[in-house]
Amino acid sequence: MADIKRTPLYDFHCGLGAKMVPFAGYDMPVQYPLGVMKEHIHTRTHAGLFDVSHMGQVILRPKSGDLADAVLALETLIPVDILGLGLDRQRYGFFTNDTGGILDDLMIANRGDHLFLVVNAACKDADIAHLQANIADQCDIEVITERALIALQGPASEDALVTLCPAVKDMRFMDVITADILGAPAWISRSGYTGEDGYEISVPNSKVVELANALIALDSVEPIGLGARDSLRLEGGLCLYGHDIDTTTTPAQANLRWAIQKARRAGGERAGGFPGAEVVLAEFENGAARKRVGLRPDGRAPMREGTPIFSSETDGTPIGSITSGGFGPTVGHPVSMGYVSTEHSKIGTTVYVEIRNKRMAAIISTLPFTPANFKR
Amino acid sequence: MKFTEEHEWLVVEDDHVIVGITEHAAEALGDLVFVELPEVGITVAKGDEIVVIESVKAASDITAPLDGEIIAVNDALVENPELVNQDAMGQAWFFKLKLADPGSMDELMDEDAYKELIG
Repeated sequence: MADIKRTPLYDFHCGLGAKMVPFAGYDMPVQYPLGVMKEHIHTRTHAGLFDVSHMGQVILRPKSGDLADAVLALETLIPVDILGLGLDRQRYGFFTNDTGGILDDLMIANRGDHLFLVVNAACKDADIAHLQANIADQCDIEVITERALIALQGPASEDALVTLCPAVKDMRFMDVITADILGAPAWISRSGYTGEDGYEISVPNSKVVELANALIALDSVEPIGLGARDSLRLEGGLCLYGHDIDTTTTPAQANLRWAIQKARRAGGERAGGFPGAEVVLAEFENGAARKRVGLRPDGRAPMREGTPIFSSETDGTPIGSITSGGFGPTVGHPVSMGYVSTEHSKIGTTVYVEIRNKRMAAIISTLPFTPANFKR
Repeated sequence: MKFTEEHEWLVVEDDHVIVGITEHAAEALGDLVFVELPEVGITVAKGDEIVVIESVKAASDITAPLDGEIIAVNDALVENPELVNQDAMGQAWFFKLKLADPGSMDELMDEDAYKELIG
């Protein structure tokens, strides 16, 4: 733990009384004095400020000067229609490996003369190495270290951010702009990872404390830690890399079919052409053996990561396991995600999860648990 | 009031003791979301894991502080686990224990000793 890193907001978090924990190599706030439950509810009803500066920000510039060359290069690593991504629009995607597993999930934005990527903290070094090993001939790969990244999430986000940057009002879900905030150019997307409306804002390291302070000075905005970030994304049905998706889960198994647009599927204009394409596309045709599902525990006991799932109260062989689980403060009951064999994945199926040597019932449920609240 | 190293408090009431967890413990656990209580009438030995609690972070156990018999449990906690975060030393008691040996209370810490433990 000698080389644990800090984001530019480290002192800001400590000054607010945050409980700091190591996460993906960074000392990060897991909760503030408000506590996980209230932070979660505040984000869903007002607005929450998250430090996500630990995540990787990467710019890809085409060496040829033609963005399409960078796009087509990136499409060799990511099974997403990036060529079809409009100017100043953003899209969710993932890097796949040769067996169709997921190396990381990320956000990709078309910024006209370059692509802007946001990748997970725990994977960023590997992602950058992966980009450098595979598409450095076509792209200049610039790792952004002089900028911090914050997320402002929740229904009051627009009214809060408008006070500092009027241009954000007209943005729709997944729009991206560059606009001045506090006299510095900010890269702003209308997106996030809570299932709520909101923004992710990349600003120079030197400006981020001032921006964070300006936002929490508003009555509607509270600082939110990683604890509530996790319960928010879980209720939102969103995958956490390393838990719900990893190198052993394929897009079809993970129920991320929606993220692979027609152009990259069998019969599309640029079908395949990414690592593991045969496996991924064959699973789209023939079905996957297991599926990521939502689970609603019958009682009040949370069903947590790693717990085995069974088809009956007595059957000895697990049909899958929980990959994320906890209490959902907004829905008011425990919520989980996990993988089950496809024959048991139908919505409404009762399965059994073994907790403390007792089999407890859970119902396969639709995701998300809380309806998405995006400004489309 | 007496205390254990497991961050439980005990208060004598008539011929039994009331047991809960300290405010310090509740704060360290974070928001509680689940409580499973023992059955009334069972006999427990010191150290037995008799209550399961889960916070937003993780599951943990509360152990029997001394030998005895469970004579009542606080069902209100099952419906409202958050009571523990709101009033750990008062309303949010977990169970009442009829001690096998009332003298065994003397083994436990007093308030000063507990305060020293948690620094």
